[in-house]
Amino acid sequence: MIEVKNINKSFGEKQVLQDISATFLPGKVNVIIGASGSGKSVLMKCMVGLVEPDNGQILYDQQDFLSADYTSKKDIRKQIGMLFQGSALFDSLTAEENVAFPLKMFSNMSKQEQKERVDFCLHRVNLDHAHKLFPSEISGGMKKRVGIARAIALNPKYLFCDEPNSGLDPVTSRVIDNLIEEITDEFNITTIMNSHDMKTLFDIGDHVTFIYKGKLAFEGNIEDFRKDTSEEISEFLSASYFQR
Amino acid sequence: MLLFYHFGRYLLFLKKMFSKPETFSIYVSRTFTEMVEIGIRSLPIVAIIALFSGAVSTVQTAYQLVSGLVSKTIIGSIVSDTVILEFAPTITCLVLAGKVGSSIASEIGTMKVSEQIDALEVMGINSAGYLVLPKIIAGVIMVPLLIILAMFLGIYGGMMAGSMAEILPVEQFLEGARSTFKGFNVAFSLIKATTFGFIITSVSSFQGYYTEGGALEVGRSSTNAVVYSAIMILFTDYLIAQILL
Ligand SMILES: Nc1ncnc2c1ncn2[C@@H]1O[C@H](COP(=O)(O)OP(=O)(O)OP(=O)(O)O)[C@@H](O)[C@H]1O
Ligand SMILES: [Mg+2]
Repeated sequence: MIEVKNINKSFGEKQVLQDISATFLPGKVNVIIGASGSGKSVLMKCMVGLVEPDNGQILYDQQDFLSADYTSKKDIRKQIGMLFQGSALFDSLTAEENVAFPLKMFSNMSKQEQKERVDFCLHRVNLDHAHKLFPSEISGGMKKRVGIARAIALNPKYLFCDEPNSGLDPVTSRVIDNLIEEITDEFNITTIMNSHDMKTLFDIGDHVTFIYKGKLAFEGNIEDFRKDTSEEISEFLSASYFQR
Repeated sequence: MLLFYHFGRYLLFLKKMFSKPETFSIYVSRTFTEMVEIGIRSLPIVAIIALFSGAVSTVQTAYQLVSGLVSKTIIGSIVSDTVILEFAPTITCLVLAGKVGSSIASEIGTMKVSEQIDALEVMGINSAGYLVLPKIIAGVIMVPLLIILAMFLGIYGGMMAGSMAEILPVEQFLEGARSTFKGFNVAFSLIKATTFGFIITSVSSFQGYYTEGGALEVGRSSTNAVVYSAIMILFTDYLIAQILL
């Protein structure tokens, strides 16, 4: 289980996150939702250690990530897989080398075992014919799938996805959504994903954290979120229904 | 004030890079790749520059020494000494700052703006160490080797220009070159080369690593990498000369 407690973060004068406390349920798809610029990405970056919050705690199974020493931090990081908004595949490596990269760096697998694991992960994301292609040679949706394959290569306990379907067409978005949901169930991963897509939330979300202008505005299950009548949520919901 | 801010950031960057390195074997293979990239790929340009700068200095030295009172062997001494002391290390490194520096800064800058560096960090890899240290080690090893080559080719270029333009025969050129040759000059020059190799790779990596934004900023970082490396090369060139000569 991941808990964040009283997270504050400012960039210069601008306070982006204000006293955020939230819990993310194990083995579920946890969706962080909020308007553009509300601070979703910053919150996620705080959770994985890319941005240091000004104060607060980030607990992975009760262990505080922020105050952990170097080795414990490294141990926690090995349990984290992350899919980036722009996929962030290594340009100089092919799809299969990208997936093999964390194995090469952190596992004691033999070459053969690595290859098997890479084939398994790429097969799991339904990419059986792109092994030798470079990121510049594949489509956005395929990049996301390679990104997911790389993120799950080391069998992580936690999967973070920063806007996994931004920049994709609606059909491909659903494919990626479903893939994330299946992987979460199949490998019993705790998934935390950022989105401003209501369809994603209602399709695959189990738990929702709603951020409004840097503050936590709602936390709970999807049904309660749908029924909530507070102004911020109604505004957000009606805007997204209107959009569709 | 801004100067101190950036210099401080540069020092912190170096510190970050050397702290907590990854597995040794990974560094070794990355370093070899970079040695090819920085060293072998720069051979043609280094050779051309060395040959021509040597040739030009023979022609121009001869032009400046029109008086018949001094022996022509002096041309050999002047040319070989300037090639060893200044042309080979400094001019070559200024050009390398352009070639190697811009490619390092744009490579790392692109990785930064497309979140590839974040991806490394999330995996728990010290991105600065993993990406930059192999480049710096490769630079510190390969640049002096390139400079040794540049010394030979520079002197050779000067010698050939002398004999082809019938300024002085090869024997006289070599006699002059030998008469003033000092081992210390070569050592001095290699100290410069090592320092410049460090400057080019570290300054360019620094510029790339702190790129924020998009493609436009990557281009800007790459330009800055060349400009700042060149300025630092000239500044340290002067500093080392003051200290050691
Ligand atoms: N490194 C940074 N330096 C300064 N300001 C930043 C930085 N990162 C984010 N911000 C600011 O923090 C605010 C929240 O950004 P964030 O990226 O978290 O938004 P978001 O909710 O993910 O939006 P989107 O849905 O568009 O991705 C923005 O106003 C942004 O300008
Ligand atoms: Mg975002």
